[in-house]
Amino acid sequence: MNGRARRGSAESRHLLSDFLRHELGLTGTHVGCEHGVCGACTVLINGEAVRSCLVFAVQCEGAEVTTVEGLAAEDGELHPLQEAFQAAHALQCGFCTPGFLMSLLPFLEERRDSGALTDDEIRDALGGNLCRCTGYQNIVEAVRLAHTKMSGGAGNSAGNSVGTSTGNSAGTCAAEGA
Amino acid sequence: MKPCSFEYVKAESLEHALAVLVEHGDEAKILAGGQSLVPAMNFRLAQPAVLVDLNGVGALSGIERVDGMVQVGAMTRQRSAERSSVLSAHVPLVTETMPFIAHAQIRNRGTFGGSIAHADPSAELPAISVALSATLQVTSSRGSRSIAASDFYVDLLTTALEADEILVRVDLPIAVPGSGFAFAEVSRRHGDYALVGVAASVQCDASGVCQQARVSLLSVGPGPVLSTSCAAALIGERPTTRTIADAAAATASDDIDPEGDIHASARFRRHLARVLVERTLTRAFARAAVSAGAAEQA
Repeated sequence: MNGRARRGSAESRHLLSDFLRHELGLTGTHVGCEHGVCGACTVLINGEAVRSCLVFAVQCEGAEVTTVEGLAAEDGELHPLQEAFQAAHALQCGFCTPGFLMSLLPFLEERRDSGALTDDEIRDALGGNLCRCTGYQNIVEAVRLAHTKMSGGAGNSAGNSVGTSTGNSAGTCAAEGA
Repeated sequence: MKPCSFEYVKAESLEHALAVLVEHGDEAKILAGGQSLVPAMNFRLAQPAVLVDLNGVGALSGIERVDGMVQVGAMTRQRSAERSSVLSAHVPLVTETMPFIAHAQIRNRGTFGGSIAHADPSAELPAISVALSATLQVTSSRGSRSIAASDFYVDLLTTALEADEILVRVDLPIAVPGSGFAFAEVSRRHGDYALVGVAASVQCDASGVCQQARVSLLSVGPGPVLSTSCAAALIGERPTTRTIADAAAATASDDIDPEGDIHASARFRRHLARVLVERTLTRAFARAAVSAGAAEQA
């Protein structure tokens, strides 16, 4: 658990999300819809972003789990991704933020060495997380900023304009852009 | 909400899992990726007494080319299938379709076989398994058998699997020269369940005459629907804009009986089916022509 061995007991029916919050006291992982739609409870299991409300705690025995509490350094210094969210004002109430951060971490780490991210790529990466406050524009900005920070400031200066349509609105055929 | 209590069994092997199924019969349910089952349990729509977790059975995962097939282990994560170079080289319809399945966070956990065994009529993998003429390998303590994908989907969320059987592998035929594929769907937002989706798999001979046209639709019936109109209208013909449009229109009017719901009326679903069949067939035949041309040059 965030780099440390943690032990706790769970009934078989306990979801990982509840185990994290109630048994381990890691309340940074938020529970929204509890059926895999909102993304607020996203954590990393063995490095991959998954919904902790769709995994039973007992399935994670021996697994490496990373939650939002694992992002900042021991001394409290924020992760570049968290800094980017703060700088771009990518949160308002903050309820969805831990899920966004945990979804974005593997996405951005995989793209450390890639050039500028397109709006479509970013919005696709954000597709599995719902935010009811921000309207997403500032989150897209934060992803662009975080990508720059995490890739050492290179490659992302020629980013697209933020407001570009993504073709994901109702009635369009998503396959046509693929 | 939270799931009801259940007995959790972490299967150590396929044999172990099969033995638990024999012991508990209908009371037991297989847990694969859990991306459909766990939400159903959270809502208490599903209340299995025993859950048999296959996630520790490594032998059920993997993607391998064997003879004229690509064999996909049932517990292979959807994300692995999406990124498989073997599948993109030999069964490109899978690669094209995977990004339409929910979101990456779901595909990281969801499995190839789990989606097929769950048989949701809105799911992409059952539809492409029918379009591709996949063979489903099934095992029980009584022995093993193969089921053609077109015989597998019996009704809404109901398959030909017996209570003591487990889907262990999906065999997908390798694309041959002259074949072409396409997938398209319409959903309110990317990652949502499709209002309608279409998977097309066609094959033409060297002179451009259609030899096979398997078009499978999702979200228009109790399971994936294979269009008989497309096969009847196109096989033996040279595909043209006109023949494709006629096949699409016949599919929408004769082959499907979609229901209307809060997301789309039956009439709108029929309209989408016609448009998407036309688009996927056009794209699939164009790719078949490229594939045949490449084979001729080689």
